[in-house]
Amino acid sequence: MKGFVPVFRKELYGMFMSPIFYVVAFFFLLVSGVFFNYILSQVVMASFQLAQHPELGRDFSMMELFLRSFLWNLAIVMLFVAPLLTMRLYAEERKSGTIELLYTYPVTDIATVTAKFAACLTTFVVLLAATLPGVIAVGLASEPAWKLIACGYMGLFLLGCSFLALGIFASTLTRNQIISSIITFAVSLILWFLGEAKSSAGPVAGSILEYVSVSKHFEGLSKGLIDSRDILFYLVFSILFLFLSLRQMSSYRWRG
Amino acid sequence: MIEAEGLTKFYGSIGAIRNVSFQIEKGEVVGFLGPNGAGKSTTIRILTCYMPPSSGSARVDGLDVIENSLQIRQRIGYVPESVPLYKDLTVSRFLRFAAGCKGVGAKRIKAETSRVISSCGLEKNANRIIRNLSKGYRQRVGLAQALLNNPSVLILDEPTIGLDPSQIVEIRRLILELHEERTILLSSHILPEVAQLCQRVMIINKGEIIATDTPGNLTSQLQKSVKIVLEVSGASQEFAKEVENMAGVQKVSVVNNGTSKFLIETDPSKDMRPEIAAMAIQKGCGLLELRTMQLSLEEIFMQLVTEETPGEVAE
Repeated sequence: MKGFVPVFRKELYGMFMSPIFYVVAFFFLLVSGVFFNYILSQVVMASFQLAQHPELGRDFSMMELFLRSFLWNLAIVMLFVAPLLTMRLYAEERKSGTIELLYTYPVTDIATVTAKFAACLTTFVVLLAATLPGVIAVGLASEPAWKLIACGYMGLFLLGCSFLALGIFASTLTRNQIISSIITFAVSLILWFLGEAKSSAGPVAGSILEYVSVSKHFEGLSKGLIDSRDILFYLVFSILFLFLSLRQMSSYRWRG
Repeated sequence: MIEAEGLTKFYGSIGAIRNVSFQIEKGEVVGFLGPNGAGKSTTIRILTCYMPPSSGSARVDGLDVIENSLQIRQRIGYVPESVPLYKDLTVSRFLRFAAGCKGVGAKRIKAETSRVISSCGLEKNANRIIRNLSKGYRQRVGLAQALLNNPSVLILDEPTIGLDPSQIVEIRRLILELHEERTILLSSHILPEVAQLCQRVMIINKGEIIATDTPGNLTSQLQKSVKIVLEVSGASQEFAKEVENMAGVQKVSVVNNGTSKFLIETDPSKDMRPEIAAMAIQKGCGLLELRTMQLSLEEIFMQLVTEETPGEVAE
C-alpha cells in the first residue's frame, strides 16, 4: 500500500477544489431538502388522518415510514451523484497524461485505486452527513429511533460504496469523463431496477435478477433489518469493481 | 547502470521497437537521438517501468523492470515527454505530493521540496498554480519533481521541446548542473543539443539502434571524405579542373556561384591541405582560406537514418 496517503490527500484536495463538487453538493442538498420537506409533510398528514382512526394506527410508526421513503429517495439521488464524483478519477489522468507520473512513481496500483476510492468515499460521506441533521431533528421531535437511522444510513453508505466502485471502474475504461459518467449512471440504473424484471423472467432467472439487483438488498436495511447477506452483497460488489479497476489499470499498462 | 537486452515492444500489431540493446554506465550522460516516431519514448517508457516490454529485458541498477518495478521507480527521476503535471495544484503542493509518493518521510518533505524548488529556480513561482505557468517553468517543475528524493538515474524525454531559445539554454544549463554523480539519459531529435550535453549518443531509427558512440567518434567514423574549403583570389577558369585532377581529390565544386571559393572532397586517408596550398600558389593565386570542414552531427544523423540498406531495397 505504498503511496496511499499522498494519493489520498491529493485526490481529496482535488475533490474539494473542483467546482464539480460544489455544484454536485448544491444540487444534492437542494433535491434532498425538497424530498425531505415533501415526505415529511406527507407523513405528518398521514399520521393526522390515522389519529382519527386509532384502531388503524396501532402499528403505525411515523418515523419508520418517513425514514424509509426519505432513504429511498436519497438512494435515487445518489444514482446521479456517484458518477459525477468518480468520473474524473482516472479519465482525467489519462487525458492529461499525468497517469504517466502516477505509473512511474514508486506507488503500487492497489494503493492508488484504494486511495482514489477512499477519497471519493470521504466526499460522499460528507454529502451524506449533511442530510443527517434534518433526520435527527425529526427523530428528536417524534420518536428517537436511532438504531433505525443508523441502519438506514449504513445501507446508504454501502450503496454509495458500490456505486463509487463501479464509477471508478468506468473511469478507468476511458479518457473521456462524460463517457465514464454515462457508463456509471446507466449500469447503476440498470442494476437498480433489475429486480423489477423478475415478473417477466422465469423462476430461476427471476431470482437471479432479483439477487443481482442493487435495490433489493437495500430494502431490508432501509427498514432497519440487518441481514449479513445484504451487507456481504455490497461489500463483494465494491471489491469486485475495485479489483476490475486494478486489472484494467495493468491492462492499460500492457497496451501502452 | 542501465542495461537493455533485446527490447521489443508491439502496440497491437505495430512494432514500435525491435531488439533494442544497449548499456549505460554509472555517471554517464547519454543522448538518445532519433527522428519522431523512432521509438525513443517507447524505450524510455519501458526503462521507467511505465509499461513492460513485449519481449526482452531491461535492468536499472541491476534490478529488472518487471520484477522489481517499485524499487526501480524509487531510483529513477523521470520527466515524460509532454511534461504532464497536475495543473490544478500549486507548484509546492504538487511537489509535496510527488515527494510523498516517492517515499520522502513526512519530516523531510518540506526541506526536500524547498531544495528542488531552489535548484530549479522556482522560488518565485512556488505558490502559483501550475496551469498559469509558462511552458519553460512547467518544464522546470517537471525537472523538480524528477529530482525529488535524489534519484541516481535521471531520464528526460525531449526536455527542451516546445521551449523558446533562451529557455532551451537555461534548461540545458540546468541539466548540466544536475549531472553531478547522476546517470542521465535524455532523448532528443535536436542534434546540437545532444552533441553539447552528452558524452555518448545512441541513434535510433525505425525502432532499431543504428549507432552508439561519442559524438566525436561518430563523426570521424562516418566521414567518407574530408571536405576542404578553399578560397583563393585570381583563380583562372581551369583552376577547379586542375585541382580535381590531383591525386587523392575526389570532387571539386564551386560554392556560391563565384569562381573563387571551392569545396574540395578528398580522400580521408591523407591530409591534402599542403598540396592544395602549394598548387594554388604555383598557379599564382592568392590563398585566402584553407580549412577542413567537420561533418556535423546533423549530417551524420541524416546519413544514418536515410541510408538504405540493401535488404530494405529488396523488400
